[in-house]
Amino acid sequence: MPTKTYREALNEALREEMHRDPDVFIIGQDVGKFEGAYRVTQGLLAEFGPRRVKDAPISETAITGAGVGAAMLGLRPVVEFMTINFTLVAIDQIVNNAAKIRYMFGGQVSVPMVIRTPGGGGQQLTAQHSQNLEHWYAHVPGLKVVAPSMPADAKGLLKSAIRDNDPVFFLENLALYNTKGDVPDGDYAIPFGKADIKREGTDISLIAHSRSVTLALQAAARLQEDGVSAEVVDIRSLRPLDTETIVASVQKTNRAMTIEEGWPTFGVGSEIVALLMDQAFDYLDAPVKRVGGKEVPMPYAKPLERAAMPSVDDIVNCAREVLA
Amino acid sequence: MATTDQDLTTATSMEDRHTPLGLSEEDLKRMYYTMVLARSLDERMWILNRQGKVAFVISGQGQEGAQVGSAYALRPDKDFFLPYYRDLTVALTAGMTARDLMLALFAKAEDPASGGRQMPGHYGHRAHNVVSGSSPIATQIPHAVGIAMAAQIKGEDTVAAVYFGEAATSKGDFHEGLNFAGVLKAPVVFICENNRYAISVPEKKQMSVQNVADRALGYGFPGVITDGNDVLDVYKAAKTAVDRARAGEGPTLIECKTYRIVPHSSDDDESRYRQKVEVEEWKQKGPIERMRQYLRGQGILTEDLEKNIQARVMEEVNDATEYADKAPYPEPDTLTKHVFAERS
Repeated sequence: MPTKTYREALNEALREEMHRDPDVFIIGQDVGKFEGAYRVTQGLLAEFGPRRVKDAPISETAITGAGVGAAMLGLRPVVEFMTINFTLVAIDQIVNNAAKIRYMFGGQVSVPMVIRTPGGGGQQLTAQHSQNLEHWYAHVPGLKVVAPSMPADAKGLLKSAIRDNDPVFFLENLALYNTKGDVPDGDYAIPFGKADIKREGTDISLIAHSRSVTLALQAAARLQEDGVSAEVVDIRSLRPLDTETIVASVQKTNRAMTIEEGWPTFGVGSEIVALLMDQAFDYLDAPVKRVGGKEVPMPYAKPLERAAMPSVDDIVNCAREVLA
Repeated sequence: MATTDQDLTTATSMEDRHTPLGLSEEDLKRMYYTMVLARSLDERMWILNRQGKVAFVISGQGQEGAQVGSAYALRPDKDFFLPYYRDLTVALTAGMTARDLMLALFAKAEDPASGGRQMPGHYGHRAHNVVSGSSPIATQIPHAVGIAMAAQIKGEDTVAAVYFGEAATSKGDFHEGLNFAGVLKAPVVFICENNRYAISVPEKKQMSVQNVADRALGYGFPGVITDGNDVLDVYKAAKTAVDRARAGEGPTLIECKTYRIVPHSSDDDESRYRQKVEVEEWKQKGPIERMRQYLRGQGILTEDLEKNIQARVMEEVNDATEYADKAPYPEPDTLTKHVFAERS
């Protein structure tokens, strides 16, 4: 199987979907000539022309709103935001409009739009470029939210996102773009609502999404040295959430913790803990714990930034507490 | 562009102004009927609210002329209408019926807009290309730009007309939408019904330019001022703008200077921000009265015809009210339907 970067996998998904379906088009700031702030749209303007790869003014609201309008007319816009932090400027168009139009139209109108954007920190980009806000969107009925951690998932989930008839919030991560992984050749789509066991284990479930999965895998390797067999569950799809796979893992391991890059308070981990209380309570041998970013705006100085983000050490230490 | 309120014609001359615009007597009768129907429906909605039969009314009495004059310039079922919550007359002109509107007001299962899910006044109808809006104002403006952009991408000659009040022009969505439309030369017509008040805030506190139309200068396309209570003046501007958009020449911003003669909504107390005498003055120069005078002057509207119109309108309003009142509500077990696409 060929090895590709996360960025290349996304690019491949976009290119293949644009070939497959003439209704797919890309719109965003710097997506054309500049080929994307993170080069995800590389080569697409040259291949598909300005009619389908549209550079837009710095108008997040208009870009998202125009995406909603074009989607209502049957096109499949892929809207790129330079960072998840900037989606806040357009949150009304996402939450009050894209997410609700189908319902407010009694099911007669679809908004098959994808919003692609990276979250996450670690690049010294500070408080307004380093947030993890995907769970805000996962909170809203009418939106689907996926967050791949590996190149193969990135490609397969982006294909499903583009083919989906509902608005999809597609979370990427700054620190993942250059990561490599095996990506199957040819056309494949990964269905939403399917978590993936990235590493099998029997003693504890490490439940994570996006880049935190890679940290969880490193932590699992470390725990293995202590003779602990950790299972890593990649949530992949926040809404719809694959409750079955998550619960089944905990039924097997009887211990669990969650890992996310964002602030734990009211976060993804909180939702998973609530799920386990509800559906796996009798299987738990210890309280479920959460690891996340420190509850501060992201600072600039490297040592501060490092301290603000969850580390492999944090995960290993937390796992030991759960196992104690 | 230097036109002021004072320059706007208030007198109705007797010269034939419709034939040069390509409008027949039948067109005029249809426009007039639509306005009278809209007004009667609107009045009935308020009565139903005061009777406690419907929870909420938001309406646009006094703005019917701006609405029918502009919407009539579009092709029903082909072009797109993105009304705001005062545009009952736009909804009717686009092809929605009195029953459709009453079903939405009563929030009944058969409501063609949403099956009782959307708020009244947020007009929507898939088959008639009427696009339901959201309650935060101006958000429909970027949608219209997107629809127009989609028409460009697909190579179709569709035009999108989007409606809003003067207050919406203070919103970021307005600026971003118009700027983007100008850049794209998108086939879209921006129609501002300047009704003078944003709930309670008067236009002078809304903007420091004299006219909404002046704002078009910043976007590189024409801004046109019309007498919003003169159907023919609005139609003329709208026809020019729609033709221009369809020919690929880009957007136009049309300002219709008009006045809302009803409170903002059924939850509003207008005595807190304006005098009764001001409202009464505007009622005298309302669009329906103005068109009636014109049609009488042209010999198009006879007393018999007027009686006939009133009778037909009453019948239609009564039928719609009765029908919607009796229609069943949506079943609670359909609550979660339409949140996401049905699995195929």
